[in-house]
Amino acid sequence: MEKESLSVSIPTSLYKKIEEVIKGTDIPSVSSYVAKVLREKLAQEETAGEAFSKEDEEKVKERLKALGYLD
Amino acid sequence: MIHPHGGRLTERVLWGDRRKEALDRVKTLPVLKIPAESVSDVENIATGVFSPLEGFMGKADFRNVLNEMRLQNDLPWTIPIVLDAGREEAARFQEGKDIVLQNESGRPVAILHLEEKYEFDCDELAEKVFLTMDRAHPGVAKVAGMKEVLLAGAIDVLEISPTPFDRYKLAPKETRILFREKGWKTVVAFQTRNTPHIGHEYVQKTAMTFTDGIFVNPVIGRKKKGDFKDEVILASYDELIKHYYLKERAVMAILQMEMRYAGPREAIHHAIVRKNFGCTHIIIGRDHAGVGSYYHPYAAQDIFEEFPDLGIVPLFFRAFYYCRKCQSVVNEKICPHPPSEQIQFSGTKIRDLLVNGQVPPPELMRPEVAKIIMQFENPFIE
Repeated sequence: MEKESLSVSIPTSLYKKIEEVIKGTDIPSVSSYVAKVLREKLAQEETAGEAFSKEDEEKVKERLKALGYLD
Repeated sequence: MIHPHGGRLTERVLWGDRRKEALDRVKTLPVLKIPAESVSDVENIATGVFSPLEGFMGKADFRNVLNEMRLQNDLPWTIPIVLDAGREEAARFQEGKDIVLQNESGRPVAILHLEEKYEFDCDELAEKVFLTMDRAHPGVAKVAGMKEVLLAGAIDVLEISPTPFDRYKLAPKETRILFREKGWKTVVAFQTRNTPHIGHEYVQKTAMTFTDGIFVNPVIGRKKKGDFKDEVILASYDELIKHYYLKERAVMAILQMEMRYAGPREAIHHAIVRKNFGCTHIIIGRDHAGVGSYYHPYAAQDIFEEFPDLGIVPLFFRAFYYCRKCQSVVNEKICPHPPSEQIQFSGTKIRDLLVNGQVPPPELMRPEVAKIIMQFENPFIE
């Protein structure tokens, strides 16, 4: 299966700098490097809520107590 | 608290009126009987262990997981979570309609909202996931026995099946609340399918030095011949924690999931699952999730390089051994002494001693742990 991808422009100077950085590493291409850095950055910006309802929380805590996980 | 994979815990277990209504409806639906391993997958999807999955993978996700080790939306995912059926069987089911999934004893466990049916190449699946097509590999053998059609779609669970180990069974929602109540901000996960020897304990305690708590998470379910039985693993860890861990720093709960023995790919899968349980770190040792000599001993560590966006931090450990000269547990990075001074934590050696009724030396295994194991008439899977 062909990997789906799009082109994004970066300055030529930056491209050349990345080429130097990845020389002799396992990173096969500038595109791979850029994708890796972007994924890292996006993961840091990941936001999510973890809202359990009060009722849910109480039920869970009761079970945890009954099983001996909580005092 | 660390976010679940994909940002939200999946919850697809039906309760109250919705469950009652669904139970009435299942009587009219076509039935597919599924094996115990698929029941585990169903429950792991529904309780959020496999978040963000809401059901069995469609073709686009399946292809992407095989080729890119990511879901269509770019989230890391390395193991296809799929449900197979025979061609004739699958022909009875219509896309866009519901199917009831029954366990082996005929009890309805879930409703599958069938979105898609597709065929797949089992050789390709084996080669990409297990990096081999050798049928002696237990994962490849399992794939070779899969039926031709994959059924995809969201599921709703009607009932979580009871197990003999329910006292140890926690869902991600529960562990997340538990860790928060304990005040743990950092939690290291330890995946296991073995009884603990001193090397395991050393790795865990080293990791615990840097985190607030440890989540010991034995995998319960189909294993291979010669592995320790589930009840033996749990009893031995209970004993180890009771005698050698701070109660407020250690939690053990089971993970009912099939071991696929997919080495590096499975290490990533294990990390995702533990992230969903609320762990911030995971211990990855030598030959994690490997079998035989199919994978390089540290391939399961190297693969993490490809996933800078995983979210959970892997803690890599080299193999530990006991050094007579150092008089402690060490590894090749910190011990300068020759192999003649080393006592390896060999599972096979420990097993042989136990089988012959001999207590392993205390450098290899805690006597309390050995005693518990020896109380079982046959601690191994036959």
